[in-house]
Amino acid sequence: MAGKAADKGKYKNMTMSSKEYKAFAKSREPGRSVLKNCLRAFVVGGLICVIGQAIQNGYMAWLHLTSTQASGPTVATMIFISVVLTSLGVYDKMAQWAGAGTAVPVTGFANSMCSAALEHRSEGLVLGVGGNMFKLAGSVIVYGAVAAFFVGIAHIILGTGGQ
Amino acid sequence: MLRGKQTWWFDKRPVIIGSGAVVGPDEGEGPLAEDFDLIHPELDLQQKSWEKAERLLMEQAADIAVKQSSIEKHDLQFFIGGDLLNQIISNSFTARELGVPYLGVFGACSTSMESLALASMIVNSGGAQYVMAGTCSHNCTAEKQFRYPTEYGSQKPPTAQYTVTGAGAAVLAAEGDGPVVTCATIGKIVDLGIADPFNMGAAMAPAAVDTIQTHFNDTGRVPGDYDLIVTGDLARVGHQIAKDLLERNEVPMDDTVFNDCGLMIYDLEKQGVQAGGSGCGCSAVVTYGHLLKRIKNGELNRVLVVATGALMSPLSFQQKETIPCIAHAVAIEKGG
Repeated sequence: MAGKAADKGKYKNMTMSSKEYKAFAKSREPGRSVLKNCLRAFVVGGLICVIGQAIQNGYMAWLHLTSTQASGPTVATMIFISVVLTSLGVYDKMAQWAGAGTAVPVTGFANSMCSAALEHRSEGLVLGVGGNMFKLAGSVIVYGAVAAFFVGIAHIILGTGGQ
Repeated sequence: MLRGKQTWWFDKRPVIIGSGAVVGPDEGEGPLAEDFDLIHPELDLQQKSWEKAERLLMEQAADIAVKQSSIEKHDLQFFIGGDLLNQIISNSFTARELGVPYLGVFGACSTSMESLALASMIVNSGGAQYVMAGTCSHNCTAEKQFRYPTEYGSQKPPTAQYTVTGAGAAVLAAEGDGPVVTCATIGKIVDLGIADPFNMGAAMAPAAVDTIQTHFNDTGRVPGDYDLIVTGDLARVGHQIAKDLLERNEVPMDDTVFNDCGLMIYDLEKQGVQAGGSGCGCSAVVTYGHLLKRIKNGELNRVLVVATGALMSPLSFQQKETIPCIAHAVAIEKGG
């Protein structure tokens, strides 16, 4: 089985630049189906919103609330469902399939906080849960506030919006 | 002892007299399940934290390895181990339980062969009679430290890998019955500019290729001298790249069987593990569970295990650093 002595000890070394290798590796990566991911995200994200709408309509019908009054309890209910699914270990599995569909709605935000709180419970309530709960959600809040600030400025300059 | 540039030749042929491979539920559902010594049905091992669970895996693998060796814990003269957690706590805490002199090492997922090579070196040079090498990883501790909270809903790309929950340990002795370690090639860092931690296979493949070629050049062996050459955890993407790079460099890998522990440990079609397995435990449990058994029962005569490691930290990739990678190769042969 062994090769001839003349063949031994002369395998040439890697002579590939970083740029060449990146292209070499990239061409061997499995493709990511953007269309399929978009479709799944659309369907699942839409479905979550439909559930939310149904809950809101339910509150309006049974508790005789206006749509503005019903929106608070609706969001709370959606967050509760998301937290339960996260705690049961289901939400992350749904997310692998649905992608942005489970990340974008308020349920995704609740999942990011709940999962971090669960994960860091072992480090205690203050430094663990308290200190890490906003690990992922924090940047959403920061950039949400920053974006709102600039949109507000734009409205003032353009004289649009606001009461 | 030193042969060529980077290879240690073990003329005393240290013997692996005992080994232990302990895994979690996903590995227990994989195709190699019956080769593992202990399979846990739950990820948490009924511990209070993921870190405690990982530590328990390591302690159990060490216990099984010692028991199989028919020696006592206090007969061990050194324990060499490492893992993926910050400050390699799983192994250091295991060493606390073992109470034997301890050398902590870190080579990310290459730790399995790094520790085995060092243990073989100590035994071969007469530095000890009995040395244990071990390593472990846990899916959830790795997710927690390197990625996101375990229950966080993020979609993983198809190049991502699934960290193996498992621990492997082996006891090396100057003499005894069992497979022998004949040589080891210590790798050097190779970094070809991949920075994506969700594509570690592609980052590590060149390191594996470099070590494999150096091993052949140093020892004068050729791929056909081995019944099986396995890389540690390149998984689907990285393994294909390594194959293609070796072909490009005209290394006749067709003369042997070339596989990857990250591909062997799971059923990629049925288990949702993206590109395949990774983690210190991946090459450790495949080697100490599956491969050693196949060497012992005569199915394999000579195997080269090339454990690959991505030496980045959660900090370094956030700072947009590329991933330095390494691979260490150890040749294990039928004893006697």
